[in-house]
Amino acid sequence: MQRLRDLAISDSGFVFDPFSGATYTVNGTAQVLLDGLKRGLDRDGLVALLRERFECSTEDLPRDIDDLVQSLRMFGLVPGGFEVRG
Amino acid sequence: MNAPLTVAVTGLNATDNPGPGVGVIRSLRHCRDLNVRVVGLAYDALEPGVYADGLVSDVFMIPYPSQGVVPLRDRLAYIRERTGFDVIIPTLDAELPGFVELAPELAAQGVGTLLPTVEQLDLRCKAKLAALGDRGLPVPASRVLTDVAQLYTIHEVIPYPLVVKGPYYGARVVHTLEEAVAAFYKMVAEWGYPVIVQQFVAGQELCVLAVGDGDGGLVGAVQMRKTVITDKGKGWAGVAIRDPGLSQLTATFMKATKWRGPCELEVIRDAAGGYHVLEVNPRFPAWCFLSAGAGMNLPYAVAELAAGRPLTPLHDYRVGTMFVRIALDQISDMDAFSRMSTSGEVVRSQGVSR
Repeated sequence: MQRLRDLAISDSGFVFDPFSGATYTVNGTAQVLLDGLKRGLDRDGLVALLRERFECSTEDLPRDIDDLVQSLRMFGLVPGGFEVRG
Repeated sequence: MNAPLTVAVTGLNATDNPGPGVGVIRSLRHCRDLNVRVVGLAYDALEPGVYADGLVSDVFMIPYPSQGVVPLRDRLAYIRERTGFDVIIPTLDAELPGFVELAPELAAQGVGTLLPTVEQLDLRCKAKLAALGDRGLPVPASRVLTDVAQLYTIHEVIPYPLVVKGPYYGARVVHTLEEAVAAFYKMVAEWGYPVIVQQFVAGQELCVLAVGDGDGGLVGAVQMRKTVITDKGKGWAGVAIRDPGLSQLTATFMKATKWRGPCELEVIRDAAGGYHVLEVNPRFPAWCFLSAGAGMNLPYAVAELAAGRPLTPLHDYRVGTMFVRIALDQISDMDAFSRMSTSGEVVRSQGVSR
């Protein structure tokens, strides 16, 4: 999880991984989720964070979280077996 | 600001396969603590660095390494008389043996260098890189070939895909015997014998510019990942990174070899997080200005140490600092070119005064 914590994320959603030098662009939802994941929030915490920042229906949010985590796994930014708690 | 220093630098051939000289000089000029005058040493009248505004005060042609050490010694003595340089930073692989041989004589004349020993140069040459494995460094399996017939059985010891390399430059990934044979002849035609065959390792290619103190310690190191690569495999853009495993590997290399001076480690990090040292270049890489831009000016460090000045090891640089190379057309009148072509020198300064 150190690699996730080390990610540099700008206000515009530009992400730099200092370990690999790779860069990514993320939308506002992913930006908020990355911030929550770096803080170690569980699934309920992440959902609450998203509801606080966006007008959205609760039922879509777990899927959004899983989609992002899947991408993070694919890019090696979290360990292969990583799952959000809760 | 420190006392004035005159530094002679080679490798002004800033082409699409650039020499490191321009990057070294820009780094020296980047440092406000260094009151520096730079003397360029060129092998060809049209080396682009000769014509860059404000880069070198004076430029002198020097003999090609193939002419041997004696003409180089004589030429350096003449240039020293004209410019009074205090330090030399050679930056090209092929010239290093000559400068290493001359280093004691130069030192006796008061000219500083920070160069590896003959043994260290020999240890890291492509044909002998496997020996680094005996010193605890992870290197891919390789064989040195002097006959194409050896390729016909190479798969028995190193499975395909392979990388076929020339003794100094050039590398080609091959998947079949036919490709390997073609690559073998191409390398021989371009670079001569021997040809090195190395196990191909898939992964992310990373580079480290490191400076060793000659006692097993690290003066400083900057890690870089290429983000744009030319068709010659050269980094045209890159970004400073920090990988703790790579830092450990660099420290291990310094400890194992007691390297003195600058070098570049070319490393593959595989998908499992393992490291494989592909090459060790015994000099600054062309991208060395990134070190100055990222706040760890390693050419400055080498100039200071070569001049015998104390320097505290450098530890920090700005990760995320990028370089993006650019090709520019420089405009020059015929004067500098004619002087380089006829007398082999362009003196813009007032001789030995700074």
